[in-house]
Amino acid sequence: MISIQHYLILGAMLFTIGVVGVLTRRNIMIILMSIELMMNAVNINLIAFSSRLGEVSGQVFAIFVITVAAAEAAVGLGIVIAMFRNKETMNINEIDLMKW
Amino acid sequence: MSVELILFYLFAAIAVVSALFVITARNVVHSAVGLAATLLSVAGIFLTLHAEFLAGVQVIVYVGGILVLFVFVIMLISVERSAYERQFNRQWAVALTTSILLIGELGFVLWRGNDGLALAPPVGPVESVLGVTGNSQLVGESLYGQYLLPFEIASILLLVAIIGSVALSKRKTQPEQP
Repeated sequence: MISIQHYLILGAMLFTIGVVGVLTRRNIMIILMSIELMMNAVNINLIAFSSRLGEVSGQVFAIFVITVAAAEAAVGLGIVIAMFRNKETMNINEIDLMKW
Repeated sequence: MSVELILFYLFAAIAVVSALFVITARNVVHSAVGLAATLLSVAGIFLTLHAEFLAGVQVIVYVGGILVLFVFVIMLISVERSAYERQFNRQWAVALTTSILLIGELGFVLWRGNDGLALAPPVGPVESVLGVTGNSQLVGESLYGQYLLPFEIASILLLVAIIGSVALSKRKTQPEQP
């Protein structure tokens, strides 16, 4: 049986990669993809604990996380399309309409 | 080394390498392909944890739904110009500090909590305890029993997301020119 630390380290690596992607990239599509990476890291941790504790609640919560990810992707991509229609760009540095 | 461990290392290596490819690729479509590889290998990781239902949900919802939505939006908006621009922000110092702090924090938690993570093995397979068979039935009984109210709230969340995305991406009707 694989120890739970393996899964936790994998989740930590994927989460950190997602954080670095959100902080460094300028393309808004890649920022949204990095958020999906972070949600996957959370799911790995939830299911690892669920499997090792013999308790199914973690898997149900992973389903809810996937639901929230789907809703977030739908709304986020709607915002991207609306913004591209107005500004003709995918670069977040040019999207500063509400910046003081 | 058992077969299980070899499979775990294979899927984990694919997941991490293609996640790095997602955040470094120049073309957005290449990022989407890397994300597909990551999501599929995370589904494989779920299989090594004996969460078969979640592996199926991962493939169907993430790869078949969310990722296809991403690819559609990439097709709708032009990518030719953005591939030749500068790809990274000038805030690498902030990103480096944050990621080092995050890795340090997670590593510290794993290092100090190592004893607490030596979990007692579950008392036999879960199926035999509850008298049901299979991972899907187990998840279903929990989802429609104990977690029925959160399930209904999640459906309302999806409805709100549908309405919100339609309202956001709808083209405003132009007033008629006289």
